[in-house]
Amino acid sequence: MCLQVLPPRTSIMELFIAQLINGLSAGSIYALVALGYTMVYGIVKLINFAHGDVIMVGSYIIYFLARYAGVPFLLAVFLAMVGCAILGVLMEKVAYKPLRNATRLSALITAIGVSLFLQNAFMVAFRPDPRPFPSLGVEGSVTLFGDVTVSWLAIITISVSALMMLLLHLFVKKTKMGKAMRAVSEDSGAASLMGVNVNNTIAVTFAIGSALAAVGSALYASTFPLVEPFMGLQMGLTAFVAAVLGGIGIIPGAMLGGLLLGVIESLTRAYVSTLWSDAVVFGILILVLLIKPSGLLGKTVREKV
Amino acid sequence: MKPNFKMYFINAGLLLVVFAVISVLLQLRVFNPFHEHLIILVCINIILAVSLNLSAGFLGQLVLGHAAFMSVGAYAAAIFANAIGATGTPGLLAALVVGGLAAAVSGIIIGVPALRLRGDYIAIITLAFVFIVQSLMLNLNNILNVSEGSFLYPLASLLNATGGAQGMTVSRLTTFEAAFFVMVITVAVLVCLVRSRHGRAMIAIREDEIAAEASGISTVYYKILGFTISAFFAGVAGGLFAHQVFFIEPLDFDFVFSIELLVIVVLGGMGSFTGAIIAAIVLTLLPEFLREFQLWRMLVYAVLLIAMMIFRPKGLMGSYEFSVQNILKKFRGGRA
Amino acid sequence: MALLEAKGMGVDFGGLRALSEFNIEIEPSELVGLIGPNGAGKTTCFNLLTGVFAPTEGDVIFDGKSIAGKKSYHINNLGIARTFQNIRLFKGLSVVENVKTAFHARMKYNLLSGILRLPSYWREETEIHNSALELLSVFDMADLADANAANLPYGKQRQLEIARALATNPKLLLLDEPAAGMNPSETQLLMDTIRLIREKFNIAILLIEHDMKLVMGICQRMVVLDYGMIIAAGTPDEIKNNPRVVEAYLGE
Repeated sequence: MCLQVLPPRTSIMELFIAQLINGLSAGSIYALVALGYTMVYGIVKLINFAHGDVIMVGSYIIYFLARYAGVPFLLAVFLAMVGCAILGVLMEKVAYKPLRNATRLSALITAIGVSLFLQNAFMVAFRPDPRPFPSLGVEGSVTLFGDVTVSWLAIITISVSALMMLLLHLFVKKTKMGKAMRAVSEDSGAASLMGVNVNNTIAVTFAIGSALAAVGSALYASTFPLVEPFMGLQMGLTAFVAAVLGGIGIIPGAMLGGLLLGVIESLTRAYVSTLWSDAVVFGILILVLLIKPSGLLGKTVREKV
Repeated sequence: MKPNFKMYFINAGLLLVVFAVISVLLQLRVFNPFHEHLIILVCINIILAVSLNLSAGFLGQLVLGHAAFMSVGAYAAAIFANAIGATGTPGLLAALVVGGLAAAVSGIIIGVPALRLRGDYIAIITLAFVFIVQSLMLNLNNILNVSEGSFLYPLASLLNATGGAQGMTVSRLTTFEAAFFVMVITVAVLVCLVRSRHGRAMIAIREDEIAAEASGISTVYYKILGFTISAFFAGVAGGLFAHQVFFIEPLDFDFVFSIELLVIVVLGGMGSFTGAIIAAIVLTLLPEFLREFQLWRMLVYAVLLIAMMIFRPKGLMGSYEFSVQNILKKFRGGRA
Repeated sequence: MALLEAKGMGVDFGGLRALSEFNIEIEPSELVGLIGPNGAGKTTCFNLLTGVFAPTEGDVIFDGKSIAGKKSYHINNLGIARTFQNIRLFKGLSVVENVKTAFHARMKYNLLSGILRLPSYWREETEIHNSALELLSVFDMADLADANAANLPYGKQRQLEIARALATNPKLLLLDEPAAGMNPSETQLLMDTIRLIREKFNIAILLIEHDMKLVMGICQRMVVLDYGMIIAAGTPDEIKNNPRVVEAYLGE
């Protein structure tokens, strides 16, 4: 992602730094999306396959609001956050909640079903043709030092993501709901006995994860200004790999994994080949699972016998 | 317990009748070449469905990369057939064995790391495998861009001559007869496997891994064995497919196709051969006869997947098998 | 020579010492009780002996071979079978299939014979089918052979789990709270069955039980665990009068 135009005559070092910043910008979007996977997994132990498609829905909401209703971009993003949060809660209530005590296989197949549903519902409703995403209205770039230039878009992407992650961190650590989330992810039965409303907590987790994905969708679609029904698949998978890389279920892990993956991908594209970037991303996944299945920041958990 | 030869004869007889009827209809041109193509696709999809059912339904491991094994098998079979200039059904069968073995090897390579891990990771690793195989196939020409002296040069020039991995031309060797009998053999082998002690070990793993291990079953060995056999038959199906459509490209075997196969198995019944077979027939033919259905197809599948998991997680057939024996039992109204 | 000998066996779960310095010797066909309050480390001890976790210290010798750190299935093949505190049956299978599955390692026909249904397949399958029914009849369950395991009443599920463990032909059987959740008459019946198993199959049994009175009746020797340590060992009479045991059970 994010192969920004570079001015000519840049040195090797400057090119490297530019690619690094591109990678961080892509990675911070991955991190935002990975947070959704990780929070949901942490709390209900479900890989929410449909999370990637929430990005697609968010992009469509922004697209329609900004393009046809003349809503200002920032307001459109805010409304997309609300819309995606509602979608996330709805998804959980309709599809996942009835299966909370079912086998993991059933839950996983349902999640795949929800993902397919969103993709194809949008395809049937809006046709598969890609649509141009409205511009954020920031163009150009700044020169940092030497010949290293960074686009404003990358700077905005990185700072918005960092802000979101900071807010999430404060929310989880400082608020009552954040404490409830941590309690449910530790032991939902015990949390329920201590008076935590488990259903509400799960719903809030889905809502926050989806709202973050909506922010991610605004940043993603600004970088790659095309909206289409299947755009969430690849993005979602990459973000999922980021979550596993950092340690699924662990919030700082998702951030670390996202940034790392973004940088690795950007460097692969620049120095190896764009054709290989998928293989590298998924190769990393397999390596991580082989060497440390619980991820970089993960702890090993034993099954109770 | 002893072999029930009467049942074997009845089943074999029924299969021959089906085979004869289709052959006659083809001879008489009641079925045109397009119908023949569809029937062959049905056979291929049955092989894919029952082999996926071995890993997903009997072994209980969610495999999202069945199409990738098919892809490996298709390319291996196609390259082999092109290399030796295979002709006729013997050539096809040789290519199928090569395709199956190549897929089985890839199954071992992906299965050994994946199957040591917890359930959900198998889904993810096999999904990742789909993208890795696609990447590899798209890059095959670049990888094999070697000079004349290299030992890989013959392979590289062969690839170039047949259009490269991005779009490979294969000779059309698959016939209805070959597809039908390979399908029958696949189903027979898998049914017998599942009902042997080895199959019982696999089912025990699905039911409870820790209890299976405590009952003296090496879960790692049987997971890898089941996974490898499943991949082998996916590779055979890939070989049949390559020699039927005579032009293959990496995107023929994408993630969406993997999901379609999973839909077949889930709808038919995880752990039911007849369920998987019926679902494979219906879901292959339905889109062809309901053209308007094309657009809505995946949407309907999605709703079906969710509804099935909520209301009937074991599939339409569950683990029930529809067989002559069971029907006779019902008619006699007694127990076997 | 003892059938099983644990020497200083212990395990550390990331800083939490669940069991330490565990020593035990079990003679062939001996019935030993392992008791202790909740969380004392009894199930952990079973998990270490059966390879669910590897002990982080000490050694376990079974039948002359070290089995510490070996895989579960391997240990089972060597001759240790177990049941689980929270019953783990193959719930989707019939009663007789549950038992037949556990005959796996004793059967010899290979993959090809199974797929081609060669004579060895039919011979061995017939043999184990009969053996499975025979084993079920020990528990008065032969008539339930085709019932679904998940539909059995609780007491029968526990018995089926024992039958399945016996199907692996063990020299040592580990029973993890087999009487949990049973009413007094079911419990009495179970204790009779355990005695019967020991006589009929001539195997050693290590029995975890919560209820001390119950074990006293049938065990020759007992080991008492508390906080992951052995606090007493000896005959039921010795245990009954041991002040540390009384303290562990009744608190201060």
